[in-house]
Parts: sequence; C-alpha cells; structure tokens
Amino acid sequence: MVNVRLRLAGMRRTIEAKADPWSGTVSFDGRMHHIDEWEWDVPVDGVMYGVALNDQKEWEALSTEMNAPPYEKPPEGPVLYMKPANTINAHRRPVLLPRGVKHLQAAPALGIVIGRTAARVQREQALDFVFGYTIVHDLSIPHKQRYRPAVKEQARDGFAPVGPWIVPKEEAPPLFSLVAHVYVNGRLVQRADPSRFRQPVEQWLAEVTEFMTLYPGDVLFFSWPADAPLVSAGDVVRIEIDGIGALENEIAPEQGGDEQ
Amino acid sequence: MKRARVAWNGTVTEAEPLDDGRLRLPDGTIVDELDVMWLPPVEPGVIVALGLNYADHAGELSFAAPKEPLLFLKGKNTLVGHRGRTVRPEGVNMMHYECELAVVIGRPARRVRAEQAYDYISGYTIANDYAVRDYLENYYRPNFRVKNRDRATPLGPWIVSHDEVGDPMALRLRTYVNGAVVQEGYTGDMIFSIPYLLEYITEFMTLAPGDVMLTGTPKGAVNVQPGDEVVTEIERIGRLVNYIA
Repeated sequence: MVNVRLRLAGMRRTIEAKADPWSGTVSFDGRMHHIDEWEWDVPVDGVMYGVALNDQKEWEALSTEMNAPPYEKPPEGPVLYMKPANTINAHRRPVLLPRGVKHLQAAPALGIVIGRTAARVQREQALDFVFGYTIVHDLSIPHKQRYRPAVKEQARDGFAPVGPWIVPKEEAPPLFSLVAHVYVNGRLVQRADPSRFRQPVEQWLAEVTEFMTLYPGDVLFFSWPADAPLVSAGDVVRIEIDGIGALENEIAPEQGGDEQ
Repeated sequence: MKRARVAWNGTVTEAEPLDDGRLRLPDGTIVDELDVMWLPPVEPGVIVALGLNYADHAGELSFAAPKEPLLFLKGKNTLVGHRGRTVRPEGVNMMHYECELAVVIGRPARRVRAEQAYDYISGYTIANDYAVRDYLENYYRPNFRVKNRDRATPLGPWIVSHDEVGDPMALRLRTYVNGAVVQEGYTGDMIFSIPYLLEYITEFMTLAPGDVMLTGTPKGAVNVQPGDEVVTEIERIGRLVNYIA
C-alpha cells in the first residue's frame, strides 16, 4: 500500500488514503474499500500541459516529414499543448465521441504533478518541484497536421481523464520504471515506458519553466502516442502505470440535443 | 458598469473605477487609483485566443486569411494587470504588442448559436498579447514559447459590461508606444466575428463564467524595447498601460 491523494465525487478537497495501485484496494478512515465502490473526482485542479514530440518512436516516424514544409526542421524548443479546464475528466466518467467522428486516439500519458511553484528551475533540482505522479488519458481526434495548434482535436470537453489519484514521488517507484499498459475492452494493446522519452522529465521541466511558471497542482504530462490505440464508441480504455494505478474510461457516443 | 480587481491594504478586492480616476471598494471606501495594485480583472479558467483574425495583420505576416478560426490556448501564468511590467527576453530581435478585444464569458456556454452569443458575454476588457517572434517554430504555431510566457499578456484595466459597450464589433483599437500611435484598427474588420467565434468554439468546448476569449489583433506590430511604455486602447473600454522591462 502507498499513500495517495485522491478526491471522491462530492468532496471539495483531496484527502490522503492508502492504496494498492495493483489491486485497487483503498483504505481510509480505518476501513478498506475497493476502487469501484465510489464515484471519483479528479485529484488535480491546475492547468494540464502536454509535451508533444517527446515520444522517441513518434519522433523517428516523423523524421523525414519534420525536415519538409511546412515544418522545415525539427523543433528546438519544447512543443507544448494544453488540456484546458473543460477537458478534465474523472476516472470512470465517460468520454464522448463527437458526432461524425469514428475514432479517437487514446494515448497513455504520465502526469507529473507540480508541488511547488516552479519558475526557471535547474535540471538538477527539477524533481524537488514535483509532488507526485498521476495517469493522464490524452485523447484526441486523430490529426496529421502539427503546424497549427490542434485545439479542436485535443481540447474538447472531457478529452483528458486524469487520476484516479496522485502518488507522491517518494512513494512511487523510480521514474524510469513507470511502465504503462493500455487495455481496450480487457485486451492489452500497448506497452510503453519512459525510456522512450526523448529527454528526461527533469530536462523538460527546466526548459518549460525557463519561460512559463508551473504552479502547485499544475500537471506536465508525457504521452506515448506512437502506438496508441484508436478507439470508438463502446470501448473501455484502461491505462495502467506500474506503481501508480489504473485509470479507466468508456468511450460513449455523443447524443444529440442540448438545444439552447 | 466597470469592474476591476485590485490589491489594496494587504488584500485583493473588487473595485469600481469612478470617472474621476478613483475607485470605490465594495464597502464604499474610496481609494486613489495610484494607491492600488491593479490585477487582471478576471481569473479565467480557460483563455482561448485567436491568431490572424484581422486580414490586414495576416497580410502583414504574409499569411492568407484563414478559412477556419486559428485558435490557441493560454495559461494563467501569462496574465499581468494594468501598469504591470512585461519582460523582453535578453538577446531577442523582435517582440511586439498585440492590442486585442478580450471577451469575458458570463454564463456556462455550450453549443451557443451565433444569434444568442451576446447573452453569454458579461463584458469586455483589453488584452495586450505580446509575442516574441524569435522563438517561433513551425509546430503548433504560435508555440507556447512565443505566446505563453509569464506576465506577457497584460489584461485590464477593468471589465466593462456588454450593455455599456453596446456593439463590440464597432470599436476602434489603438496602441501607443511612448505616446506615439503605432497600431490602429477596428473590431468590425475581424475575419471571424465574436458571435461566430463563440458558436465555433462552444461546439466542442464548454466555456465557464470568467473564461476569456482574445479576439486577435489588427495590423501594426512594431518591436518594443526595455523602458517603453505601451498603451493599448479600445474605444468604450479604456486604456491598458504596460511597461517593458
């Protein structure tokens, strides 16, 4: 069992509990529970930034394209994108498949939760500013162009489930051993780990906070899109990260209506 | 009605700017505008911004006018209030201001129709959405290093209600650097109007009260230097002052 920070539906604040990331057993107030007994809320309340083109496998697949128009050359600085407040979604809450869209890319991501205001941090000290780790389900409508921000593809309502809890970094296994497994409808479809990161998390934290401050509760996340599954309505996506936990969401068709 | 947010006497409070330059606090206390620290007038959960939304500015940057709105997102780290300072990074060649009409959302807005858009807007303020062009790269452009820099988006000085502004598509914009006019435009020249944008965005993004939409900037982007005073002004709203450090 490790100490985790979590928030249940209806709670205004996060609480500390003990959890077993593998079995989903959770203990607080002296009682043992199973993760499925509750409705969950998201454990973070800050801004979520994704680091794009960090997946070495994706980078290699794009190496020719990155040297041609409109890109001309590979990026030198960090390429970031945002999952704004409307995208945040909780464990076991449905993700709506937009009308007219057949598939979503369901990329697993490791979320680094900031613990102390981080501005211009040095690489060597970067992890001092990290509170812990969580799981991010980085959903998008598949898109090839990366020249313009893909807001309409990435920033849709509910497209960033996060949770189910935060494991403080002292409680978590070392960063390099945080292996992700993605299951769709119970079938293993992807395995990925941080050795695929093009740069270490510490280096990204230094490069990002050189120009933008990250605040406590903000999340910098690192996805593995290269071999992420495409999913469609009815699919249940479960992302497990070793020593952190499992985040599960169903893709549900968007209904009509909502007339104003 | 105008609404500002200020720090005064060790606390953060709402304040109503009066015509004589003073401010009325919620408890009736009257304070001088120079005795307060001006904060961004709203704390948005989501800031969605428009690139190339004026044909003349798109032409200035050698881009054809876009067929679909060019959206990008910004974090709260970027905001700084009226009379604040924005840093020009050392060694860069081109940093320019962008005077923009900022729309403040007043009601949860999902799948809003253009005809009803103004029902969802509480008011307007001014944004100066600085860009450091040296850092442009051709990935998710304008990339965050250009547009999501700490305190590089002055916002304020206050919010003026929609009713008081009237038609937001008929406002003159102007930027002054050290007192000289360097940028002039007219909100009616936007490629995508505010009602159109609200319909477009809320088709896939629910906006919440306090969220902000920055509507793009017209032609006239000029380099600024440390020590410059940059004033972005919008008719019927006010003048937002910023200093380059």
